[in-house]
Amino acid sequence: MDFRVLETIGPDSREMRAYFSEKMNELAERDERIVYLCADLVGTLSMGSFLKKFPERGYNVGIAEANMIGVAAGLAATGKIPFCNSFGPFATRRCFDQVFLSCAYARLNVKIIGSDPGVTAAFNGGTHMPFEDVGIMRCIPGITIIDPCDAAQTVWALEEAAKNDGVYYIRTVRKGSTKVYADGSAFEIGKAAKLREGKDVSILACGILVPEALRAADALEKEGISARVLDMYSIKPIDREAVAAAARETGCIVTAENHNVIGGLASAVSEALGETFPAPVEKVGVMDEFGEVGPEKYLRERFHLTSEAIAAAARRAVARKAK
Amino acid sequence: MQKQEADRLRRLAAEIRIETLRGLGTLGFGHIGGSFSIADLLAVLYGKQMNIRPEDPKWEDRDWLVCSKGHAGPAVYAALCVKGYFPKEWMLEINKPGTHLPSHCDRILTPGVDMTTGSLGQGSSAAAGIALGNRMNGKDSYTYLILGDGEIQEGQVWEAMGFIAQQKLSHLIAFVDYNKKQLDGYVRDIIDEANIDERMRAFGLHSVVVDGHDVEAIDAAIEEAKSLQKPACIVLDTVKAKGCVFAEDLFANHSINISAEQMEEGIRALEEEKRRWA
Repeated sequence: MDFRVLETIGPDSREMRAYFSEKMNELAERDERIVYLCADLVGTLSMGSFLKKFPERGYNVGIAEANMIGVAAGLAATGKIPFCNSFGPFATRRCFDQVFLSCAYARLNVKIIGSDPGVTAAFNGGTHMPFEDVGIMRCIPGITIIDPCDAAQTVWALEEAAKNDGVYYIRTVRKGSTKVYADGSAFEIGKAAKLREGKDVSILACGILVPEALRAADALEKEGISARVLDMYSIKPIDREAVAAAARETGCIVTAENHNVIGGLASAVSEALGETFPAPVEKVGVMDEFGEVGPEKYLRERFHLTSEAIAAAARRAVARKAK
Repeated sequence: MQKQEADRLRRLAAEIRIETLRGLGTLGFGHIGGSFSIADLLAVLYGKQMNIRPEDPKWEDRDWLVCSKGHAGPAVYAALCVKGYFPKEWMLEINKPGTHLPSHCDRILTPGVDMTTGSLGQGSSAAAGIALGNRMNGKDSYTYLILGDGEIQEGQVWEAMGFIAQQKLSHLIAFVDYNKKQLDGYVRDIIDEANIDERMRAFGLHSVVVDGHDVEAIDAAIEEAKSLQKPACIVLDTVKAKGCVFAEDLFANHSINISAEQMEEGIRALEEEKRRWA
């Protein structure tokens, strides 16, 4: 692990898709086995440059996600490293059986990139708003699932996916994001990144809720509550030791995720705690609801994915611990 | 094709049926119907058309086979063991705990199996990816895809056909085992899959219908497909459980129980068939 949290955490001036496109081009330049498959979102995901530059290695496969995943499996069987890309729900829910059987069960090296995680699907609405993608993918034996919080972590995750064998599912924000880490930061699959030390409560966050967790920790500090913050980008495999240590050393846990509290980070953390060091868990996430349409800011408030909700959950967790 | 060559393939087809029946009969049950209907195709592929090295199953210049109707795995295993990929005794271990030969094809467990299948329709896309990958790798290899006629009810097959035609995957040759029956009954009574060749042509593939139990016709159709330099689908007019004396006339012969007597009777008849072409 070699990461640095920026002193000022704020909006990134570049859209995430610019980083994504740049990184995919870089990976493809370095390794001729890299192939990019996209289900008719080439323009939306800013991958036109890749298809122009690598016409033999970039394909718009059309609006046919099941076929995209199966083609990727076949390509992987011939030694390629295919990256499949669509909006999150269509890269997972729509073609789950293909990911499960043709890729994972067949032990093939396929990478799946789901764009627009959770509320970042915003104006595409509930149909396009994956609150279940991590949950359904997490049931696949051996899969690696990464929910990065910013551009540096997304770039790192893509690099890891290209480098390591096996099925990867990576959630990628498309447009605006918050810059948390210095460029070039490196992490470890299966580990959590400790962003802040604390002794009263641990906030375990992933994805776009990592900056919210840091803001919540600042607010809690003013109230005299010392909060540890862990970035749980690696949802599977999860860092069981860091989860257990957080419970042991701070006595209670808050999870925070841009996903249903069923199936995603909250479930993974609760499972790990149950088997290691049971402790009170308060969950910030979507409370078993469907998504809906609207601006991202509205949706964050609508589903309580805010620093205020995390701070409130931390107070509840601390209160439960006292009993 | 010389008569001698055709007879050799007919004997191979009988051997594939014998080993399939020995395996499933020893187990006591299995997918006889769809395994027996593709035995003649497998004889042509493994006996003549496919460029393979049984001693080196992952040879990078090989031709590939994806049996998308994964439940016909036992027939593929029979062809592989006759070709020497693994000992024939393995056939007696089908579906036993820890076996190399599960009901449905598995690329990890079985030497010579190129793709894992079993969830119908999925092999079509995998075959497309394999053909594309081999083309990207500069290989001249062919990818053979075996589909069932019930299987093509899966929408993914048609997604794949669109892709195969669009990418002009000329080294992909698909086969549809048109045996007219699926698990619950006649295909025509469930989702009528008539005029498969016309539908394949509409998708942009070369497509013909041939007698799926005539090794010479199958071979000629493959040669023609190769000469055209475009993706092809050969529809094999077949009979489900063809050549299995106790199963061919059964209505429900997708997966059946097999007694020791039936196995012996079936193998005897097939040995006779094999001698006929000696």
